[in-house]
Amino acid sequence: MAISSLNTGRRRIPAARLIFSVLGLMVGALMVLPLWYLVLRAFEADFETVMRLLARPRTVQLMLNTAALTAGVLAFSTLIALPMAWLVSRTDLVGKRVVNVLAVMPLAVPGYVMAYALIGLAGNYGFLNQTFGFALPRPQGWWGATLALTLYTFPYLYLNLRAAFTGLDQSLEESARALGCTPRQVFTRVTLPHLMPALLAGWLVIGLYVIGDFGAVALMRYEVFSYVIYIQYSAAFDRVYASWLALILIAIALTVVWWESRLREGAHYARTGSGSGVGTRITRLGPLGQVAGWGFVSSVVIASIGLPVAVLAFWMTRGPLAASLPAVVDSFGQSLSVAVPSAMLAALMALPIAVLAVRYPSPLSTLINRLAFIGYAVPALAFALAFVFFSLQGAPILYQTHLLLVSVYALAFLALALGPIRSALYQARPSVEEAARALGHGPVSTFARVTLPTIRPGIIAGMVLVFVIAMKELPIAFLLAPTGFRPLSITMFSRTSEGMLLEAAPYAAAIIVFSALFVGFVLRHDKKAGG
Amino acid sequence: MDNPAATDATRTAFEDADIRPAAPTCPAGLIGGAAYAGASGPPLMIIEGLKRVFRAGERPAVDGVTLDVYEGELLALLGPSGCGKTTTLRMIGGFEQPDAGHIRMRGVDITDLPPEKRGIGFVFQDYALFPHLDVFENVRFGLHKLPRKEAAARVGEMLELVGLSDLAKRKPHELSGGQQQRVALARTLALAPPLVLLDEPFSNLDAAMRVETRQEVRALLKKSGSAGILVTHDQEEALALADRIVVMEAGKVCQIGTPDEIYRHPVSSFVASFIGRSNIVTGKAEGLGAETPFGRVELSKAVNGTVDLAVRPEQILLEPHEEGEAEVIGREYRGHDQLYWVRKGERRLLVISGPAEQIEVGARVNLRVCDCVVPINQDIQSLIAE
Repeated sequence: MAISSLNTGRRRIPAARLIFSVLGLMVGALMVLPLWYLVLRAFEADFETVMRLLARPRTVQLMLNTAALTAGVLAFSTLIALPMAWLVSRTDLVGKRVVNVLAVMPLAVPGYVMAYALIGLAGNYGFLNQTFGFALPRPQGWWGATLALTLYTFPYLYLNLRAAFTGLDQSLEESARALGCTPRQVFTRVTLPHLMPALLAGWLVIGLYVIGDFGAVALMRYEVFSYVIYIQYSAAFDRVYASWLALILIAIALTVVWWESRLREGAHYARTGSGSGVGTRITRLGPLGQVAGWGFVSSVVIASIGLPVAVLAFWMTRGPLAASLPAVVDSFGQSLSVAVPSAMLAALMALPIAVLAVRYPSPLSTLINRLAFIGYAVPALAFALAFVFFSLQGAPILYQTHLLLVSVYALAFLALALGPIRSALYQARPSVEEAARALGHGPVSTFARVTLPTIRPGIIAGMVLVFVIAMKELPIAFLLAPTGFRPLSITMFSRTSEGMLLEAAPYAAAIIVFSALFVGFVLRHDKKAGG
Repeated sequence: MDNPAATDATRTAFEDADIRPAAPTCPAGLIGGAAYAGASGPPLMIIEGLKRVFRAGERPAVDGVTLDVYEGELLALLGPSGCGKTTTLRMIGGFEQPDAGHIRMRGVDITDLPPEKRGIGFVFQDYALFPHLDVFENVRFGLHKLPRKEAAARVGEMLELVGLSDLAKRKPHELSGGQQQRVALARTLALAPPLVLLDEPFSNLDAAMRVETRQEVRALLKKSGSAGILVTHDQEEALALADRIVVMEAGKVCQIGTPDEIYRHPVSSFVASFIGRSNIVTGKAEGLGAETPFGRVELSKAVNGTVDLAVRPEQILLEPHEEGEAEVIGREYRGHDQLYWVRKGERRLLVISGPAEQIEVGARVNLRVCDCVVPINQDIQSLIAE
């Protein structure tokens, strides 16, 4: 008792901690408050109506569809990513560096652009019929959505698995062999359990993406939550039903997050022994293996990169490209006008939260950091819907303004900005800040002259990530777009959904070129991290 | 061989040749407490009853530390890891707030001042150079209140002092460890602080560099006139560098004194074993003599009754004898001297002898103590009263 009173009696709380806590709590409140308006709207209906809405066979069907789509994408992306990661990290496959780049490249083709490519491939006027003389039916439904999303998202899993394969200590597998396991048993009993954390992390990213995806499922006309929420909101004007669907969607996403963290808690697979690991064992493929390996790689590459590039090139040559250029440039400028301030705002919001997490760990800073991830976990369409209700009821001046769209982007992608800033802070030694204090600089001067310059690369990295994601964002822009706001993503999406593939092509191309920048960034980051 | 511990004689002998890993025997409060011999006035800093509890209910990390530092003095805080020496240093620097106690500098209570208002220099274990600034800018960093020209002149002066004028445009990552440390020191001394705190300043240097650098650092500090408090866990470093040593254990001060005092007159078995090595034996004292397992020995001070005695390994002579009282059970040749582990009855003792001695493992020897032996773990009052 005496001790704890002494504790609080003498020790001063640094002003920085106080200010950053207040700022962090404000960001957290911005994150949570709109969701409350979503709940309010949902409970506008009386109990009976709600029960009737929820018990609709359609609601159940939506859940089944969402589950089927998620399961499909996870399964197929694992089937692609696992062998790919193994080939690159654990075999002597010829040209591994090239394969590594090719495996990450599909990130440059967002789900709705991939859907465009699949649609543009088929049909009477499609690439296949015009070039090779046979027509495929327009891909749609579960197969179409699964294919489009798998070909876009598998690199996330690939990156995680490759890191895990590289980090896996060879001596573990060798001791298993020495203890009498066959190679197959080694894989299932040693290797696979060690890949579990990476699989879970990758599945979480992909799962959340699939649950929240709007563009690809809408183009494939596959009825999952996001798609139907949009229809209910924009066409059927049933806001209560839309709110309920959004809440269910949020519940599903949070369950996935919770589940992943539970599973990961049980998966502690770091090396525990002393002494350094021995590195990885390389499997020799032999000539047949090389052919098989490259056969696998090239079919994935043809589907994920070759297909969209070929289809886009095909459609771009069909029309007068020069004529559409001014419109594309204008649209690009509109995307830019929102993405740039979003990136800056996100970094600004992330900074105090990152400082709290790294320099002043406490239950409060943990809470604030959890709140910061809400924007990432909550599916985009549900998040956007919450802000629509919030702005309509709480702040009508904001409704359909650039400011609102920028703020929602910043909140939705806050977690992306937070990651690199936090790791930069972890690397910046606290002693450097203390040295500045000992040299007579106050806390503010120290932050401006020492902390900020040292973590600048992290801040830039965070801003670039948010910027590029915001450039191609679709669902939030769709619900919150100010009147007359026609960024690349919306223009491309609405033209494709109206069947105007020719008119959509230059916009899709602009998005791909731009997203390639993002992939370049990921690869550079990846190389740095991998050493 | 009826003693199970003795069956693996060599192993146990090497590990615990009665060089006891000392129990926390340090009594609370100021012990020894000799003032700095070179003092030319009142103490620069007086620290009283400093206490820091990290977690309520746990042992305080720092528990009532009281000490003083004089102008120009170099004081070493010495102790094993976790003894609270670094926390003490950080409280002096203002990076940790004490739960109780006071820090006064030149008569002013600075306990509640933030670091930047204390005017105390701090050299960090990792040097903490600003990675985005070059050497020149690093050294100038604390001179922001001076006019630009004056600051530049001061930086030039400091770089010359540490011999790094040629490297002014280098970035920290382009410097060797020793050079980085000199930059850190120049950066701190540029402000001419009355006191510089150094946290394990040599631990990031390789062994060869360490010996050379520490004399350099001492010379620089003495030249600048700043007093220094140095934290270290390396007793050799403390003995070689410091004007006075503060030995700490489990958050408390065990003994304060000059290196010679600390080595020759340790007050407790902890100090006796941590600074150098000691064989702790029990004897029956009567005035300036005591009966011990080695026979009768002379004592460094008069005491009565059963006492613990610290016998330094170099105070014991080995005399080979066919029916000797002890057996040599281990030997380690070290060039300038050699270590012997001997067993006498159930006791294992450590002996250091000259390099010329040739006694084989298994030989029988007689033991003789050739010097005054220090009684330890005495009541504090009786020691201070002297």
